[in-house]
Amino acid sequence: MKLFADAPLATRGEITPKLGFALVVLLALVWLIPFLWMVVAALRPPSDGINAMAVLLPSLSPTLDNIKDAWEIGDFPRYVLNTTIICGGILLVQFVTVTLAGFAFARLSFAGKSLIFYLFLMQLMLVPVLLIVPNLTLVAKLGLYDTLTGVMLPFFASAFGTFLMRQAFEAIPAELEDAALIDGAGMFQRIRHIYVPLSLPSFSAFAIVSVTSHWNDFIWPLMVINSPDKRPLTVGLSVFTATAEGSQAWGTIAAGTLMVIAPLLVTFLIFQRRFISSFVTSGIK
Amino acid sequence: MSLAEPAVLPVTTTAPHRLHVVRRFAVAFKASFPAYLLLLPSLIFLALFTYGAVGQVILDSLYQRATPRAPNRFVGVSNISAVLADPAFTGAVLNNLIYAVGTVVPSMALALLFALALSRTNAVTSMLRAALFLPVLIPMVAASALFLFIFLPNVGLLDYYIGRLLPVLPNWLGDSDIALAAIMVITVWKNAGYYMLFFLAGLQAVPEDVMEAAHLDGAGPYQRLRHIILPELRPTFLFVTVIAGLNAVTQVDHVFVMTKGGPSNATNLVLFYIYQQAVEHYDVGKASAATLLSLAVLMGLTALSFRSLANREGGP
Repeated sequence: MKLFADAPLATRGEITPKLGFALVVLLALVWLIPFLWMVVAALRPPSDGINAMAVLLPSLSPTLDNIKDAWEIGDFPRYVLNTTIICGGILLVQFVTVTLAGFAFARLSFAGKSLIFYLFLMQLMLVPVLLIVPNLTLVAKLGLYDTLTGVMLPFFASAFGTFLMRQAFEAIPAELEDAALIDGAGMFQRIRHIYVPLSLPSFSAFAIVSVTSHWNDFIWPLMVINSPDKRPLTVGLSVFTATAEGSQAWGTIAAGTLMVIAPLLVTFLIFQRRFISSFVTSGIK
Repeated sequence: MSLAEPAVLPVTTTAPHRLHVVRRFAVAFKASFPAYLLLLPSLIFLALFTYGAVGQVILDSLYQRATPRAPNRFVGVSNISAVLADPAFTGAVLNNLIYAVGTVVPSMALALLFALALSRTNAVTSMLRAALFLPVLIPMVAASALFLFIFLPNVGLLDYYIGRLLPVLPNWLGDSDIALAAIMVITVWKNAGYYMLFFLAGLQAVPEDVMEAAHLDGAGPYQRLRHIILPELRPTFLFVTVIAGLNAVTQVDHVFVMTKGGPSNATNLVLFYIYQQAVEHYDVGKASAATLLSLAVLMGLTALSFRSLANREGGP
């Protein structure tokens, strides 16, 4: 078997690893079935009837009707816009907060450093979704109930991002900074012209994890947003699904779901390697 | 060398002790000031939405309103005892425990299997990794929409292909004995590929010379797994257990979309209970008491791994 050509000589005769591999191939196919069904059902003409809905073989006369229906019933362009604004807004502010805090942890020594480090570390565990009740009260008090800003606000500081940037900044040779220091560059200038440009891979890793996780947020925006035209994709999709489920329009649901996940899936398939390595560094989002 | 390197403290002074302390403090603060300035934006948001929120939860759990418009009055621990006496809450805790064990164990076992089978990198394993990782990327709400049809009675995907082998078609989401298991299947499908990444990374750390020695000694695949690979993966197991445990409490969007805690509370989990108390019953006191209890449990989980987590992030 060619797949095992690079396995150590001593293990090439073993049968267990090959059985395990075969099992994983089988499971990977099972893992893909929901996606396969989604695409097949989205393209199946509604005239095939409900009893043919589960068939995984593609219809011989595929149609875009379901996609058109979903596009018209659900306000998807608006949802995409809202989600993009939320993810983009969060990311922009996070870039500033994590760069500054990451630099402080990486390069400065200051009184109370351990205490502040642990304050950040604990935030990895005190996940915002658990604190929805007090955070909703606070957002309402700030007059931001039912606004996209209210959805973004709790995520503006990121312990994960801070630690990631700290690690990136620590890897930058101090000599580079000393040279700039001699040239009279201030702290913010050094951050901007030395640290940030040299840490772009870490920024992109952080961006991938941040955008993916907020693209998928559901419970928090569900609580903050009330107006239909401010719904993000996830909340929009859940309302859309509940409506279409009543009329058993499964082709339309499949089409709507396809539209929601297509942007992330396409981006993933293009930047697969980068996605995977970003998620390995994340652990806790 | 940076600007904020602490200045050398003038220790030879003969000033009174108290003044000395104040001056030392002032000097330390002055030297630390640039760092505080940089940390300020993050600390403001941490103060408002993390630590302030925890404080608010503690406060809110001590107060209660008779009606949504009535004044707030102090009730001490009676919210907590009311929550603990609420069968819906104890039921949700029990469900959540079953859900946690029933999702963490299988998804970690699968993740380990995936990682062991796909540890070598070539075109085929990359494709398989991508296939297994796809569910991680999609919103839980989208996964729910797909599984609503998969579990649909009679015409759904599962009944269409597998259900016909069974004498009686089960109502996957409508039967209170099965619904929680159905919900768990979705979670395992969605998360196994994520945990696989950590095991793949952990396997990289298994020293090659040890593996070679094992090969030379004629250790079989089970012996290598049992005596070399699993002990090496201990930190990974600990880390993944913590994330998976956290997810078992927080990542429950599918309950909101698919079952709303039903049928007859069979899939009611703690976070959904909190949401119900706050949003449907306007009972902030009880919602906060339930939040406080969950926070306490999660902090316990964290304490187990606090050291390794701190080391992972580079220490203070």
